[in-house]
Amino acid sequence: MAQQVVNLLATILLIIAFAMLSQRRVLSLIRLFAWQGLALSVSTAIVAYSTGQTHLWASAAVTLVLKVIVLPIVLHKLIDQLNVRWDVETLINVPTTMLVGIGLAIFAFALATPISEMAGTVTRSTLGIALASVLLSFLMMIVRRKAIPQVIGFLAMENGLFFAATSATYGMPLVVELGIALDVLVGTFVFGIFFFHIRETFDSLDIRHMETLKED
Amino acid sequence: MNLAAFPSAEAAVGIGVSWLALGALSLLESERARFITRLVFPASALISFVLAAVSLSAVGTPAQTFVLPLGLPDLPFHVRLDSLSALFLFLLGICSLGINIYASGYFRGEAAGKLKLLTLQYHCFLASMAFVLLADDAYMFMVAWETMALASYFLVITEHRQSAIRRAGFIYVLLAHIGAISILLCFGVLQDGGFEGYSFDALRGVELTPFWASVAFLLALTGFGAKAGMIPLHIWLPEAHPAAPSPVSALMSGVMLKTAIYALIRVTFDLIGSPLWQWGLLVAVIGALTALFGILYALQQNDLKRLLAYSSVENIGVILIGLGLAMIFFAAGHPEAGALGLIAALYHALNHGVYKSLLFLGAGSVLHSTGIRSLNEMGGLIHRMPHVAFYFLIGALAISALPPLNGFASEWLIFQTALQAGQLGNGVLRSVVPLLAAMLALAAALTARCFVKAFGIAFLGQPRGKVAALAQGEGHEHLDAGVCERLGMAWLAIWCVLLGIFPSTVVGVINEVCIAVTGAGLPRSALGAGVLWLVPSTQAQASYGPIVFLIVIAAVVLVTYVAVRGAFHGRIRRAPPWDCGYPEQTARMQDSSEGFGQSIRVIFAPIFRISRRVPGPDDLQPKFEVQVEDKHWHGLYLPVARAIDYLSSKVGLLQQGRISIYLLYSFITLIALLVFAQ
Amino acid sequence: MIDWAGIAFQILQSVFVVLAAPLLLGWVNQCRAWLQNRRGPGVLRPYFMLWRLFHKEAVIAHHASVLFRATPYVLFGCMWLAAGIVPVLATDLPFAFAADIIALVGIFALARVFIALAAMDIGTSFGGIGARREMLIGFLAEPAMLMTLFTAAFLSGSTALTTIVEALAHREFAIHPSLACAAVAFLMVLLAENARIPVDNPATHLELTMIHEAMILEYSARHLALVEWAAAIKLFAYMTIGVALFAPWGIAEGSDWGALPVAIAAAALKLALAGAGLAALETVSAKFRVFRAPEFLGTAFLLAVLGMLVYFLTNA
Repeated sequence: MAQQVVNLLATILLIIAFAMLSQRRVLSLIRLFAWQGLALSVSTAIVAYSTGQTHLWASAAVTLVLKVIVLPIVLHKLIDQLNVRWDVETLINVPTTMLVGIGLAIFAFALATPISEMAGTVTRSTLGIALASVLLSFLMMIVRRKAIPQVIGFLAMENGLFFAATSATYGMPLVVELGIALDVLVGTFVFGIFFFHIRETFDSLDIRHMETLKED
Repeated sequence: MNLAAFPSAEAAVGIGVSWLALGALSLLESERARFITRLVFPASALISFVLAAVSLSAVGTPAQTFVLPLGLPDLPFHVRLDSLSALFLFLLGICSLGINIYASGYFRGEAAGKLKLLTLQYHCFLASMAFVLLADDAYMFMVAWETMALASYFLVITEHRQSAIRRAGFIYVLLAHIGAISILLCFGVLQDGGFEGYSFDALRGVELTPFWASVAFLLALTGFGAKAGMIPLHIWLPEAHPAAPSPVSALMSGVMLKTAIYALIRVTFDLIGSPLWQWGLLVAVIGALTALFGILYALQQNDLKRLLAYSSVENIGVILIGLGLAMIFFAAGHPEAGALGLIAALYHALNHGVYKSLLFLGAGSVLHSTGIRSLNEMGGLIHRMPHVAFYFLIGALAISALPPLNGFASEWLIFQTALQAGQLGNGVLRSVVPLLAAMLALAAALTARCFVKAFGIAFLGQPRGKVAALAQGEGHEHLDAGVCERLGMAWLAIWCVLLGIFPSTVVGVINEVCIAVTGAGLPRSALGAGVLWLVPSTQAQASYGPIVFLIVIAAVVLVTYVAVRGAFHGRIRRAPPWDCGYPEQTARMQDSSEGFGQSIRVIFAPIFRISRRVPGPDDLQPKFEVQVEDKHWHGLYLPVARAIDYLSSKVGLLQQGRISIYLLYSFITLIALLVFAQ
Repeated sequence: MIDWAGIAFQILQSVFVVLAAPLLLGWVNQCRAWLQNRRGPGVLRPYFMLWRLFHKEAVIAHHASVLFRATPYVLFGCMWLAAGIVPVLATDLPFAFAADIIALVGIFALARVFIALAAMDIGTSFGGIGARREMLIGFLAEPAMLMTLFTAAFLSGSTALTTIVEALAHREFAIHPSLACAAVAFLMVLLAENARIPVDNPATHLELTMIHEAMILEYSARHLALVEWAAAIKLFAYMTIGVALFAPWGIAEGSDWGALPVAIAAAALKLALAGAGLAALETVSAKFRVFRAPEFLGTAFLLAVLGMLVYFLTNA
């Protein structure tokens, strides 16, 4: 039963990753990211419950606080200060992105099937989904033109990696997890500072302006 | 009568020869075209009937071979009639029967001189197609193949005074030759260095390494794909098929493309032997792309015959999907699923031959009666040509894969093949095969839209443009098709229905072909379900009973009609159309043919090359024009043509014009040879 | 040996569906009225509408052809066939083997092509718009629908509706993520194919927003009655397919007369809930622009593909 719920949450994770690929508005991206964090923490909690590993409870709590509450608030504040509410444009159009996304998902699934045979956890079949989420978030970082969705893609990639770790090895040691969580938090602040600098220099957050910074 | 003892191979060869004789005979009669239309074409139709009967009886019997002492001294013609050839000869027989009957009425108004040549070329074409299907060695195959290409070239440029038609013929013969070179190279590779003769028996015996087998397969795919109309070598199809006279277009689209499919199956499954799954994946993906491209371009056409030509490209794509799936399953060790795929592909080839011929004949009747080919000038033809409209409707419903007609049965079988993907071990294949099925579903749905457009704009609604002018000018002369034309179309329409409502009989016959070619067939539970149900493996898994469809729908229609009239009433009052109360209605307020394609242009914009002319603010006569061209022209063919021109101009530098230089060339060659001979 | 009990059951099921379809339509309209704080026209209203329409005199355009007059009957016949095949009350009936889910999609496609042709027959601009848009929705919805059904087929190993329903009904209750994805995709396709909000407004009179209404604009009296009835049966059939695939409990197996009352009660309850859900969905959504429909159906297709891929990966 726990296995099935974890499968369901994994599917929801994948669907949210695809949805983020196709979203046009930044606010809904942040909301989707929060939902993804929630699905992740519930899934970790269920694995903790069914296998009795207490440090996973702590992981679930940390994920909940960090990814569902703190990070979205930080991102909202960032957007308010940068006064950014535009529609996000992409380098290639949405249907093509979706097709590439499906291709990546098939690739990730094909890759993960032999690996998950070797893992010994009860959630190993979701390794492919985790890998697919990572690749899709990476794709999102590549195809977006403005800077904020790239940050969200980076954070979503971290979500995918966390899910991969939980599904393959029952989570990393708690120390490592806390370290990563701190890194992510600090990273977001650093990104925010960079955005202000970029905006001051180019008067816009369109990353194509940064292409002028090259040898000519 | 013992079918196996019947000399079917000799009979088939005799039929081919008699067609040639008929063609020669038509040259004799000097002035009167009536001899040709009253005698030659009906005789040809009779011969087609005999061919169909003979080949149908030959399916399932062991192969028969013999040697014709023609050809070069050491290279006689080997002839072989096995089940695969028999099936395609059957297709040739049925289609050419309907087309010949139609042609005897269609060509009535032609000038005698032109008609004599046309008939000769036509019968050469028929005979050469029969010989391609009967060939058992590479030499006879190439002779028949090239004759087929030449005869059809001359038929395509029948109206050679128009430059557009000459250009179409040129592109056709160019691509036919590129294909022929590829096929020759393929036969060369199949010999694998040794030389045991050109006969297919010898080629079958050669064992190739996977690398060389793949090279041979790719050459075969290129060569036969060019003739079949596969992307990106399809560019000649939409030019050549509309340029030819309508019975010839029907023959080319319906039968000639299938000879290419026959040859591909022959080379892959018979001569090379066991296909690899990579080939199957390649063929299936190319097939899916071809199907989508074909139908998307068909939706943009305003010329009825060009629309039908692009739709042929789509159907070839569907056949290739079936073939690709069959190869994948055979290579993965699932012969029953593979057999299902091959049967589905062969069934679709048979179906397409029948309904595409029917549609081209219908378009020919429209062209003959009104002189119009552009959809934008047609409309309301169902009132003037009710018979043609009826047959065209059956063809349109069949090609849109709607039950209970034949198109649906073959596409259903392809879907069932794709659903066997769960058995595959390779994870990537297991996910890709259902995606290909989804693309097939998209192509099928787009086909339905395309033929709603074609039938709706041409036959329904109010008369547009020239047809309206015709109506006012000539009065109601007999615009409908003549008796022979109707008979020809009726024959093909009957086969559309029969092939649709007795699919299990058809599958039983094709199963014999599959067993003969690959050694594997459908399981017993599939074949023993009875004539009513089509069952691919077991009835619990999937089944389809088109007769039930037909009976239930017909019964309900009848009962409802009677009941409603009995219980209520059947009164009708005729009035102008309601149209939401708009007072002014002109024929120009209907959809034009570009309008029907507009949504497709918007959604699938990157696939087309669209040039649009939008009216400006100070245009005194605002006009909107849109032109959709094939992206392959500008992306592939024109650059290649420019490169060849450039290279040729460089090579042309050799031609200096001075005799001393030419003598110098000979001198240098002589010195070089002397050096070498040392 | 002809299975007389089976055939009797079959006919009973078909008649039940045909007679109950307007009731379902009325129920959906009534729920929608309640949700919008209106009193509503009453659940039996569609029956009165049909009765009234059959009594009227048919007004047909001068140049309407035979196709135009025959199409309502053909539509009605197709929907009768669909009503006989979809397992409403029982699986394993004689007609159930005449068509699997792919053939069912084919029947609906046949009906759609005929109504589109009839719309083009009169030659007004509305007919052209309706036909064009209907075929647009159709060609986008068919692949999505087929992928959804393929997911169900892979899960149960067959495309025959009987086998799918029996396989899914007998499993112990489990959450299949692939079926969940397929269910959402199916719901989206249902909205598109049956001309409900957010794809089409069944109660609109503005030509810019019409799809289905534009096609039947020229029909009147008994022809219009048959077309509307066929549309109601189509909605009923789609809802029943959804219920049979994703919530199959309570269906009788074979021609089991003893299980008939339970089957009828279960079907009625499930369809009432589904109808109320549909009304709620329609109330909270707004109609899309026509060119957003491809995105909508593209999302449905994507969900269905994801469901299938997840099934292959996790076997769930």
